[in-house]
Amino acid sequence: MTTRIDTRFAELKKAGRSAFVTFVMAGDPDPATSLEIIKALPKSGADVIELGMPFTDPMADGPSIQAAGLRALKVGMTLRKTLDLVRDFRRDDNATPIVLMGYYNPIYIYGVDKFLVDAKAAGIDGLIIVDLPPEEDDELCLPAMKAGLNFIRLATPTTDDKRLPAVLANTSGFVYYVAITGITGAAAADATAVSGAVARIKRHTKLPVCVGFGIRTPENAQAIASHANGAVVGTALIDALKNSLDAGGRATAKTVNAVAELTAALAQGVKGAKQAAE
Amino acid sequence: MNIAKPNSYRSGPDERGHFGIFGGRFVAETLMPLILDLEKAYTAAKADPAFQAEMNGYLKNYVGRPSPLYFAERLTEHLGGAKIYLKREELNHTGSHKVNNVLGQIMLARRMGKKRIIAETGAGQHGVATATLCARFGLECVVYMGAVDVERQQPNVIRMEMLGATVHPVRSGTRTLKDAMNEALRDWVTNVHNTFYCIGTVAGPHPYPTLVRDFQSIIGNETKVQMQEVEGRLPDSLVACIGGGSNAMGLFHPFLDDSTVEIFGVEAAGHGLTQLHAASIAGGRPGVLHGNRTYLLMDADGQIQDAHSISAGLDYPGIGPEHSWLHEIGRVNYLSATDDEALAAFQLLSKLEGIIPALEPAHAIAKVMELAPKRPRDHLMVVNLSGRGDKDVPQVGDILKGKTK
Repeated sequence: MTTRIDTRFAELKKAGRSAFVTFVMAGDPDPATSLEIIKALPKSGADVIELGMPFTDPMADGPSIQAAGLRALKVGMTLRKTLDLVRDFRRDDNATPIVLMGYYNPIYIYGVDKFLVDAKAAGIDGLIIVDLPPEEDDELCLPAMKAGLNFIRLATPTTDDKRLPAVLANTSGFVYYVAITGITGAAAADATAVSGAVARIKRHTKLPVCVGFGIRTPENAQAIASHANGAVVGTALIDALKNSLDAGGRATAKTVNAVAELTAALAQGVKGAKQAAE
Repeated sequence: MNIAKPNSYRSGPDERGHFGIFGGRFVAETLMPLILDLEKAYTAAKADPAFQAEMNGYLKNYVGRPSPLYFAERLTEHLGGAKIYLKREELNHTGSHKVNNVLGQIMLARRMGKKRIIAETGAGQHGVATATLCARFGLECVVYMGAVDVERQQPNVIRMEMLGATVHPVRSGTRTLKDAMNEALRDWVTNVHNTFYCIGTVAGPHPYPTLVRDFQSIIGNETKVQMQEVEGRLPDSLVACIGGGSNAMGLFHPFLDDSTVEIFGVEAAGHGLTQLHAASIAGGRPGVLHGNRTYLLMDADGQIQDAHSISAGLDYPGIGPEHSWLHEIGRVNYLSATDDEALAAFQLLSKLEGIIPALEPAHAIAKVMELAPKRPRDHLMVVNLSGRGDKDVPQVGDILKGKTK
């Protein structure tokens, strides 16, 4: 089964460049602004959209993404409304892949089978669930594959050669390499170390490898993108969003543009990078 | 719920860390290799007689075990029913049962060559025990504690700092135990190469619920021997308070297959079960948080809700996965006690027995006040007095003077 993710990476390969993957939180700072933001992302150069599912206890996230999730929850965001958001986005854009990223509990409570049907119908292409390692594949990974959704796994600096095959076994769409041991938005990713790690993963899989955690600037993004099939930026975009809010944490006339402008600058960085050697 | 009864209640978990549908390993990939290493290290340690021998030495001469099984004569007379025994875990070094588990985990950390120890703490008892053993073995110690708990458990914060630990007040989320655990997990993900996470209760990803239970089972094992010595038989009932549930699991586990023993766990009902509380089994349902599937307090969207208890040590929206399983198969009865009931029990035990309990086991005593009078005088009831109340004296003093509520 070919998803929008598979199609997008095939196109990029033909074009000889890496993907620019953006992460924003669904419903941050409110559902209407959030929809405008995700509509603006592809227009500003994003190739793939990762959409955060708000959760009260995001154990792998730093302060910026934690706060983004809490802002969304405060205005009443739920998993159902996140699916609605994607459905609305799909009215104008049937090509940009959307990957939901977050934690398992809201999906478990929604009901796995019902969630997979609704997610597919809403136009979601893949899932990244931080707290579902391969040891828990029965929970969501295998049912998601069956339902035609990519289950994108995180590989990390602690995932050694012995463990990589298990991590890659049921992964599809792309592999997300976490460039640092740590939480989102912490240390800066080191391009040299990333290059070695991506090469190591490529020895085990033909899937595209995207790199995230610790990429903030166009220069950073360019350096990382030249060693991988894609660069993911999240915290920097969320910080730009946050800085555009008013004192009460509400969207202003600047909010959508703040995210779009940084996206455009980062996209330029990624597009300046040569596609990593296969 | 209709679930087939197992041949033994003591054989869990399976190799994937499941007690029925509960437990598991719901953690970020970064942590998975270390969790697998920990499981290996623990399996090897269990099979190594030198490990047990070394631990027994410290349990005897450093912790001060065995802890006494004390007949609470005046409490028994006052309640006029069951004969009540207190398992005196509050007499351990550092003032609670927490030290039993911390000793075991610190010895594992040393075997694994980890020099930096992190811990989360609610009331501060687990933090104090961890800081103590890190001081004893010369290890770096970092404790995460909710900012709300730092405020209400000041004596323990001061103790941890005196012992050389760094205490990080956690200001995210609800600023209590659950957020401290999130922050400890974030530290662990960041410093996984040199850091051992010393979890304080029978929760978290497999193998933590099992290894913490095993280290705490000394409570029940001693109780069995001591009761045999004084009464020549098994007790008829066991009562213990439950936040995550480590003191309860330690007392209960050795008795799970003794079918004549009634077992009661007591959750914190806070202001009452229809209001803010911390009773995950009474008011929650199964979900996934902090590495395991278990009963959790949450809303219809699966967002974790704020717990509330007068006792910082019980102020957690979840419970250990083995308790969730024991609840569903019906082996243990889970009850709950409100803040007010715990306060009354705190005062009663202080005045009748000259023992100031921590607010956590005061919840167990509160249910003993209901259960004991309904049972005959030859009924033997054991309560786990899991911690002493020194840390709570300033807070309870303020409440009784009407300063805070």
